[in-house]
Amino acid sequence: MPPLLEARHLRKVFRSGGQRFGPSIETVAVDDFSLSIDADRPSFTTIAGESGSGKTTIARMLLGVLDPSAGEVRYQGRDVHDLQKEERRQFRKDVQAIFQDPFEVYNPFYKIDHILTTPVRKFGLAASKADAYDKIREALRAVGLRPEETLGRYPHQLSGGQRQRITIARALLLKPKLIIADEPVSMVDASLRATILSTLHALYRDFGISFIYITHDLTTAYQVSENIVILFHGAVAEAGHTEKVIKDPQHPYTRELIHSIPVPEPGREWIDEAVEEKEVVDIEDIEAEEMATGCRYVLRCPQAMAQCAAAPPFYRPEAERAVACFLHAESPVLESGDLNEVFSAAADAQK
Amino acid sequence: MSRADKEVLLDIRGLEVHFETRRGIARAVNKVDLTLYKGERFGLVGESGSGKTTLILALLRMIKTPGLIAGGSATLDDGTDLIQLNREQVRQARLKRVAMVPQGAMNSLNPVMRIGDQLMLTMREHATDQPPPKAAQMELAIELLDKVGLKPEVARLYPHELSGGMKQRACIAQAISLNPQLILADEPTSALDVVVQRQIMQTLRQLQHQLNATVLLVGHDMGLMAQFAERVGIMYGGKLVEVGRVEEIFHNPQHPYTQLLISSIPSFETKGEFKGIPGVGLSLLEPPSGCLFHPRCPQAMPQCSQRIPTLKTVAPDHLASCLLHEEDADAPAS
Repeated sequence: MPPLLEARHLRKVFRSGGQRFGPSIETVAVDDFSLSIDADRPSFTTIAGESGSGKTTIARMLLGVLDPSAGEVRYQGRDVHDLQKEERRQFRKDVQAIFQDPFEVYNPFYKIDHILTTPVRKFGLAASKADAYDKIREALRAVGLRPEETLGRYPHQLSGGQRQRITIARALLLKPKLIIADEPVSMVDASLRATILSTLHALYRDFGISFIYITHDLTTAYQVSENIVILFHGAVAEAGHTEKVIKDPQHPYTRELIHSIPVPEPGREWIDEAVEEKEVVDIEDIEAEEMATGCRYVLRCPQAMAQCAAAPPFYRPEAERAVACFLHAESPVLESGDLNEVFSAAADAQK
Repeated sequence: MSRADKEVLLDIRGLEVHFETRRGIARAVNKVDLTLYKGERFGLVGESGSGKTTLILALLRMIKTPGLIAGGSATLDDGTDLIQLNREQVRQARLKRVAMVPQGAMNSLNPVMRIGDQLMLTMREHATDQPPPKAAQMELAIELLDKVGLKPEVARLYPHELSGGMKQRACIAQAISLNPQLILADEPTSALDVVVQRQIMQTLRQLQHQLNATVLLVGHDMGLMAQFAERVGIMYGGKLVEVGRVEEIFHNPQHPYTQLLISSIPSFETKGEFKGIPGVGLSLLEPPSGCLFHPRCPQAMPQCSQRIPTLKTVAPDHLASCLLHEEDADAPAS
């Protein structure tokens, strides 16, 4: 059985400038990213990274709205580019997206009903109008909204949290197999974040919908996901079982990232320990980092070595983890580069 | 360290900011009393719409119509009331006494002006007496850049040539250029990565220490508050509902809203637990009667919709505004 959705050696290069003002500048937003989502085993995978790490670019390629510069995205074994009309419809139904900003996805002139009835109509999900509304009410209840307080209202009459839950209900209506959620809670107030995340997690647990959760927030990633992929400047630094990666990071970048998160526990020496050292930011370093051909983290890495000038492969110090760092060079190499191998091992270990 | 040992820097009393709309008056800051001490780091927390940013804009006198400061005072240690200052006095107080580190550093710098020139401009514009000669200004600008961890070359660069973190450092350099006593920082790192965030907060902390300035940090990231602030205030619906030392707020919160806020913080210790705050945020145009939080409060009592609670001392250096505690306070000591 082919995977539901598969990213194979995705690469995306953005070009800017050029022509009159000298040579164009190439930015490698994503470099050799492979991941597959099984059709028969629901999974909850986080793709985490800072701004500019390429996480949203990956999401857009997986959704088929952005073409990769190299590599391909396959839906049930076929390149999403070559899908026939009917297959494309099925793809659009099976793979749903939830975006970051719950204020931008609505047309302010239409009532909430519009965003929910449109997919029902387009995909012929209901036999009659009454049937359509039954399904819509069911979806709204599944995300914790009261239909009578939601339907018939305009977007501006609802809070950010309610709007975001409606976008989840819309995705749910189509009974998707995979939901790609790009920063779904970053625009929502802290008090509502937990509610939205628990809604997503319940859909995974109760309906068996797979999730790709894209975020910069490792704490929420830890709360919801089974597996995690840590990106740095377009390349995967570390991937594996969330518990392992977060609690015992192996890549120097993952370590720095986790160490930098301010923990909600006063007196944890987050700042004090380094308050004496003075850090000087160097603009050449930032440019050089973007240009680096080997390990992208080499300039900031406290453990950088000579061999870091080449790009490291994925080493697999344990079955449930892959680390792109030469510090683990004695471990076996993950030849396929497909992170799903690591995630499957993690799922098997959980059983 | 008890409050008695500390000198008061700013005393805010009954501060009110109203926004007049067609549907009525929205009380964005609703009779807030708050005392800030010299050299302390104070964190002000609240959801969007709680009035935390409006409060600091009021202190800088940057409220624009349809908003207006409807009442109250904010008195500095020398008796200056920021709310009563005229235009010229406000100009002189900004940066020299009260400075702000903005939220979106990218939109706060002049895109067509070199960083060094911007720093020199602030020195000239806000200096109360004769500004230093140009060469000295340049030297000062480079010194400021050094203080925030930027190389002298940055003075020659334009904002677009800097990374987000470097821009935020440049904004901090500008904020401290005239040695203010009070630095208002409005989510200064919300647009930055966690790695850069930590470096920026370190810089801010060092400078605060060197200048012995008071920092009022506004934000909603409880982790950041826990790590940076010594005292924390919680705002809800334009009102300050609890104030206390950071350890007290995190370990012994007294207001039900604070309790829910603390328990809803995700952490690496609680996998698969999702605790939110029930109900929806309030509308400032149609606020509930009595305590603003009572419709969402799990501990609401019948009198909560009747009486408006006030800030009461619940423990040493710890205030909360909740009828649960007023009842205790009113009861005869036994």
